[in-house]
Amino acid sequence: MKINERYYPLLATLAVLALLYGYGIAEHRAFSDTYVLGALLTDNAFLIITAVGMTFVILSGGIDLSVGSMIAFVGVLMAELVTGFGMHPLVAVVISIAVGTLFGAFMGVIIAKFDIQPFIITLAGMFFLRGMCFLINLDSVPIDHPFVADFSGFKIPLPGRGWISAAALLMLITVIAGVVIAHYTRFGRNVYAIGGDRQSAELLGIPVQGTIIRVYTLSGFFSALAGVVFAFYTASAYPLAAVGVELDAIAAVVIGGTLLTGGMGFVVGTFFGGIIMGVIQTLIAFDGSLNSWWTKIMIGALLFGFIVLQRLITRSFSGMRAGAG
Amino acid sequence: MSEKTQSVLSVRGAGKFFPGVKALQDVDFDLRSGEIHALLGENGAGKSTLIKVITGVHPRDAGTVLLDGQEIHPNHPGDAQALGISTVYQEVNLVPTLSVAENLMLERQTLKFGFISWKKTESDAKAALETLGLDIDVNRPLGSYSVAIQQLVAIARAVALDARVLILDEPTASLDAEEIRTLFRIMGELRAKGLGIVFVTHFLDQVYAITDRITVLRNGRLVGTFVTKELAQIDLINHMLGRELAEVSSHRHQDESNFTGKGRQIQIKNLGKKRVLEPVTLDLSGGEIVGLAGLLGSGRTELSELIFGAKKADSGLVFLDGEPVMLRSPRHAIRSGFGLCPEDRKQDGIVAELSVRENIMLALQGRRGWLRPIARAEQQKTADEMIKALGIATPDSEKPVGQLSGGNQQKVILARWLVSKPIFLILDEPTRGIDVGAHADIIKLIKELCDGGLALLVASSELEEIVAFADRVAVMRDRQKVSELTGAEITQDRIIEAIAR
Repeated sequence: MKINERYYPLLATLAVLALLYGYGIAEHRAFSDTYVLGALLTDNAFLIITAVGMTFVILSGGIDLSVGSMIAFVGVLMAELVTGFGMHPLVAVVISIAVGTLFGAFMGVIIAKFDIQPFIITLAGMFFLRGMCFLINLDSVPIDHPFVADFSGFKIPLPGRGWISAAALLMLITVIAGVVIAHYTRFGRNVYAIGGDRQSAELLGIPVQGTIIRVYTLSGFFSALAGVVFAFYTASAYPLAAVGVELDAIAAVVIGGTLLTGGMGFVVGTFFGGIIMGVIQTLIAFDGSLNSWWTKIMIGALLFGFIVLQRLITRSFSGMRAGAG
Repeated sequence: MSEKTQSVLSVRGAGKFFPGVKALQDVDFDLRSGEIHALLGENGAGKSTLIKVITGVHPRDAGTVLLDGQEIHPNHPGDAQALGISTVYQEVNLVPTLSVAENLMLERQTLKFGFISWKKTESDAKAALETLGLDIDVNRPLGSYSVAIQQLVAIARAVALDARVLILDEPTASLDAEEIRTLFRIMGELRAKGLGIVFVTHFLDQVYAITDRITVLRNGRLVGTFVTKELAQIDLINHMLGRELAEVSSHRHQDESNFTGKGRQIQIKNLGKKRVLEPVTLDLSGGEIVGLAGLLGSGRTELSELIFGAKKADSGLVFLDGEPVMLRSPRHAIRSGFGLCPEDRKQDGIVAELSVRENIMLALQGRRGWLRPIARAEQQKTADEMIKALGIATPDSEKPVGQLSGGNQQKVILARWLVSKPIFLILDEPTRGIDVGAHADIIKLIKELCDGGLALLVASSELEEIVAFADRVAVMRDRQKVSELTGAEITQDRIIEAIAR
């Protein structure tokens, strides 16, 4: 049987991952150790959590530029709540995530109700949140609390020298939740429909506005959660943290095989996309002789490749559509 | 049919008014269950307005709509769907990136514990398609199937919603003959199941092939409802066009020798495109006006677009003085000295935000290339000349074109082509939607242009107009050229006959 063409980008992502990982193992003996895998999952946890939210946004045909600032803002807010107000970190987590989710919902309402380009609204959100960070705190502050230490100390050992950290575990749960929401709920399918053809979705009776609001709410939630993981992972908060992470997240989504124009893609692809970016970074670190900026060059090259690939795959039927109308 | 005379949908005295336009006035329409009812009329006759009033896209301003004898007031297509009135549009309104199954089942997926059960959803989708005799892999993206299959999937979705009334708005526009047969078979089956089907089309042979009754609209008013078998095609065309078959004397096309050899020669040889236009051959020479007659959808606009390179032809060539012309894109056509005033000037012709001057200069600048800008003073001079010559009513050359009236917008487009001194100009419906005064101006202009050595191809559904100015008339029907009339042959009678034949 013919493989469904919807899976081509995902297969390409997996092929790239296998190739890169295989190259790593062939070049560096240590690469096959589970330590590398565990580190990949932990170091990229916040990025992948953000990218899961971004996947929904991009699937719906939108973009969310506020997620990087959101990560910094949540970190700074949490640090203030824990150190300034003496709250338990868990309470601070709940409050911060609630604030982040509400802010996402707020952007979603503006985008949906006023029918404004998500690019411009989330750009405003990006500046606003980054500014808010400095309103709370100008400097890097440590988040000192036994709970944070416990979080970093949590380890599920893997065979070999590696382990799965709490951050990695949270990330894996997020990915699974994302897959379920995208694939097994009407909301998830409606997101695909809106990204595929918004006008048709409207005529098919899909609640377009409500779905778009929920998409940005979800992205707000996931990026706030990523902010929590990032703050715990670094045990500190810094107003200039996570600058440009929104672009890394978009890159992870696209390398993961999601169509940048929306309507096609998989949450699990985003996971692999994030891991690919991590593997490239690790490879360059292992090599030692290469400048770390080579990561950006590699990711840029991959993005070129994936976007052209997507175009080739979707050309047959988007072309047909253009011909019909 | 005779025993099933019960109306499932009935419209009484429907009216819809837009500012300055009575789009629909006092229209009655009856649809019986178990019939296929053609809704016919030229552009602007009110077909789509009537459909939009029935389906709740537009609230009606007068009259009543009854479904099974109950008055209904749908506010949007979703309401109408819930009531049992489903519509399938010419452009497939489904999501191409989703699978066939999902398109059929969106918002209707079977849920188990709040999550979608894909197994049940897919088997439901398969079952819905089987009722139409369609056996395809429902897991593949909808967009990977032909437009015909997409159209059938749209119909399957519409029917699966327990529809009583199915409205098909030009479903055959992009289908080939084989696909149309499949569609007709399915329409026949749905009719046998007791659905009332409204069928909008421009293809008269299809009307005679499948429909039971015909309702004709013209200028927003009801012309009449007829039993298909009892209405001769020529009468139908007369109803649609509403022409008195009186002879309008014409003054141009007597001395044919006058223009032969005088200007450039343009030969169109076997120009065609699959599904769009059967190969057409047509010769024109400078100083000659060739009319392109035919009903809407007959291929008039398509021929214009192929010549201009706006659509790529699969076959055929266009020669200018014996040399083949590259028709890869409008840019190439413009470089060769071709021009096209499109039918839908809002969408394809003017750039509403740009000023009159900028709009006039567009084609000329395009022809020179962007590296050699035209000096502002020269632009100003040319624009002012054109405004004066064509009598464009605008306070100054800097007013955005979007703020002018339709007739003046049309003149701006004409001006655009005139300044680029074209060899061959195609005017598609040059007088549509403009007032009577401007109409006369434009006809006069067309004649003057031609006397200046320009070759003109004018597509129009206004037969009077074509008879008045054309030296030759090519008659299009069902996407092919069916006849060519010259000189004294050009009468409204002869054109209508050629369309009907």
